[in-house]
Amino acid sequence: MSAAITAANEPLLSRRTFLRVSATAAGGLLVSLYLDLPVAAQEASQAPPKPQIYPPDAFVNIRVDGKVVIQVNRLEFGQGVHTALPMLLADELDADWSQVIAELAPAADVYKDPLFGLQLVGGSGSIAHSFQQYRELGAKTRAMLVAAAAEQWQVAPHQCRTEASVVHGPSGQLARYAELAEMAARQPAPAAAQLKEPSQFRLVGKEVRRLDSRPKCDGSLKFGLDLDLPGMKIAVVAHPPVFGARVKSFEDKAARSVEGMREVFEIPLAQGTGVAIVADTFWPAKQARDRLKIDWDVSAVEGADSATLWAQYKELARTPGNVAVARGDAQALAAIASGNRVVAEYQFPYLAHSPMEPLNTTVRFDGDRAEVWAGSQFQTVDQAAIAEVLGLQPAQVTFHTEMAGGGFGRRATPDAHVQREAAAIAKRLRGTPVKLMWTREDDVQGGYYRPMHVHRIEIGIGPDGMPSAWRHVIVGQSILGGTPFAAIGVKNGVDATAVEGVADTHYNIPNLHVSVHHPTPNVPVLWWRSVGHTHTAFVMETLIDELAARAKMDPIAYRRQLLDPKATKLRAALDLMEEKSAAWRSQLSAHHAVGIACHESFETGVACAVDVSIENKRPRIHRATVAVDCGLAVNPLTVESQFQAGVAFGVSQLMAKGAITLKDGRVEQRNFDAYTPPYMIDAPVAVDVHIVPSTEPPSGCGEPPVPVIAPAVVNALAKLTGTRYRSLPLVAM
Amino acid sequence: MATYQLNINGQRREVTTDPSTPLLWVLRDDLKMTGTKYGCGVSACGACTVHVAGVATRSCMVPVSMIGDRSVVTIEAIGQNPVGKVVQDAWVSHDVVQCGYCQSGQIMSAVALLKHTPNPTDKNIEESMGGNICRCGTYPRIRQAIKAAAQQLQ
Repeated sequence: MSAAITAANEPLLSRRTFLRVSATAAGGLLVSLYLDLPVAAQEASQAPPKPQIYPPDAFVNIRVDGKVVIQVNRLEFGQGVHTALPMLLADELDADWSQVIAELAPAADVYKDPLFGLQLVGGSGSIAHSFQQYRELGAKTRAMLVAAAAEQWQVAPHQCRTEASVVHGPSGQLARYAELAEMAARQPAPAAAQLKEPSQFRLVGKEVRRLDSRPKCDGSLKFGLDLDLPGMKIAVVAHPPVFGARVKSFEDKAARSVEGMREVFEIPLAQGTGVAIVADTFWPAKQARDRLKIDWDVSAVEGADSATLWAQYKELARTPGNVAVARGDAQALAAIASGNRVVAEYQFPYLAHSPMEPLNTTVRFDGDRAEVWAGSQFQTVDQAAIAEVLGLQPAQVTFHTEMAGGGFGRRATPDAHVQREAAAIAKRLRGTPVKLMWTREDDVQGGYYRPMHVHRIEIGIGPDGMPSAWRHVIVGQSILGGTPFAAIGVKNGVDATAVEGVADTHYNIPNLHVSVHHPTPNVPVLWWRSVGHTHTAFVMETLIDELAARAKMDPIAYRRQLLDPKATKLRAALDLMEEKSAAWRSQLSAHHAVGIACHESFETGVACAVDVSIENKRPRIHRATVAVDCGLAVNPLTVESQFQAGVAFGVSQLMAKGAITLKDGRVEQRNFDAYTPPYMIDAPVAVDVHIVPSTEPPSGCGEPPVPVIAPAVVNALAKLTGTRYRSLPLVAM
Repeated sequence: MATYQLNINGQRREVTTDPSTPLLWVLRDDLKMTGTKYGCGVSACGACTVHVAGVATRSCMVPVSMIGDRSVVTIEAIGQNPVGKVVQDAWVSHDVVQCGYCQSGQIMSAVALLKHTPNPTDKNIEESMGGNICRCGTYPRIRQAIKAAAQQLQ
């Protein structure tokens, strides 16, 4: 068993680093560095920092066999942090990369995002927020290993150098990190980290292949849904047909006749109630659910209806809402002749995230504690919710982070509704682990969608062909309203996530008025990869393109002229895209057209050119050239992958069956036959990605690929068809 | 309940289950082979693709009672096949995966394609891979990896 010794004999509450050494069960030694997180978290939460006592092997564990095990403080679900965060730490540590093992950390205070103060993946902040943190962890650990070697050799630390998990002394001495680990643990923790200059990086900035590739290619990697525990049962839940409805009564005779079915019982949901079915395996659970006869009470809940909502939203869009921006002269628009005005109305439907791995969570409740396994994007919130349902404190809930099959925002819900379901079932099955599984139908019909929106814009064009007055009304549900995040994200009735991409546009529009209405239909909504930019970028980039065409200007030149000189990242991306796409844009095949878009989100500038034709009445994207300024690209290979694939994700918005619609409160789509993500034929055939060279701090790459592709394609379609498509999805062409 | 003698990855496996149980759930729940994934249950995403008698098959809609003595090959054993090994290696060297959840099915579809069409055109690739959804959108790299594997197999 392990006995932890605190090496630094100081109280655990001050802001310093700590190192511990402990004997492991396997006979090895753990060296653990504990680092208090930066003050950014305090500033963000405005609350005093909580004292933290960090668990053993918090971030890095140098094992006797030479393996360097690095804890990843957030979920891996495709975005590549499971490789990039260890790269940062290992580079500063000068660890042997071939010996690095990455693990997803469980829920714990020490793993909270340094900026958000919660353990989560969000806002494309994984690398941006943990860049300094992981580098400092590596540098401080390295310093202690060097100090240990120097002490042993009776030399000064600065006479030593490190490479590939070995300290080299001035007279040719060598010591492997694994040998030094125990002595290193007794060294005082350095007050400050000596970080490398970018020119000294061995891993950062290089193309490094993912650490999780092989097990994802041979079937051996276990996702949350693959978890198997002794005695584990499988649960599915019959959810209400209308959001928030309650079970009036249910008849389970037929369900109980299914062999392997164990229990049927009503459970509370985050909204309304449902009926849980527990079985030995999935198939009997699903068969039993199909045979349940449930009488639902829908009388107390509103039945949202897409057709009605569109009419209401369009009406609302004709009136100004809560003001997000009022810049310049409010009368400027009225002063412009009607011939120089453009009026446009846009529609965006609800969208489901539909990650490939359906939602799931496994919980075992043991009375005074619980254990959870979940591919959670939101560990802090999910752990607390489970604790609340089970009548425990969060510390009594051991929360394992499982690899997840995509998420795109769906695995981070402020109400932790999936975890609450799982906990309610586990509570009843005390002592038995139970895996709650959502079917694809549960997912498509289960709400938490990207909200539907209507935009109405009136533009007055100046004599130079540039927009001089711009009135923009957005209608859509608030994502943050009613959640704990409203305090920071909703100001003066404006949800920042509804207007981002318009209110903070980098186009220099002298007279700009942006306002928003937030209706509250009975449909749960959520952030969907790139959040507000999913619709705002589409509106801005298609309108700017239209204005460029109207001014008979090149769409790239027009954008450059209109962009704020201070928008350096966006301008750099635009320039690079122009250069890299110039050759193919000048020799397009017949019946092909180029579409351009650029947009900044999450502090990353992105520009995109696409080569589009029409095949079988659908857009065919032959090629996309994407340029990106994301500051320092920690792993350029991951950045390339994120942008290649992220633009394909963005095509979701254009799919003919790319909408969730409701009739009388009931979702009309059930599965991928009716709500269809892009298949290979729908995605760009090839995407070449170009990264603006930079040594600025890194910014996000998970969400910024998404906003640009749909407007770029639609801008190309406008050239091919003469039609400016303003309603998504592209149902008919 | 009925008992079936299945030929899975060259081994005889006996399972006792309801005849309507799809092969997918026999693999995952009875045989604990979780490399084959559940994505939709209606043959619309391809995450559950296995080879039945050499043919890429959506295991989520084939009842176990229909398998008979036909050989079933899953992602766990496809690397033992020369084409399967080359495809898996190409996937790794091209850094194809992101979340990775769909990739078992993608690889099984790609191996089936290359076994019958060693030198596939873009159109062949689009047809054979046409039913496999990758929600992350790794399609451009899947395409590159298939072409690289085809070249390797020449």
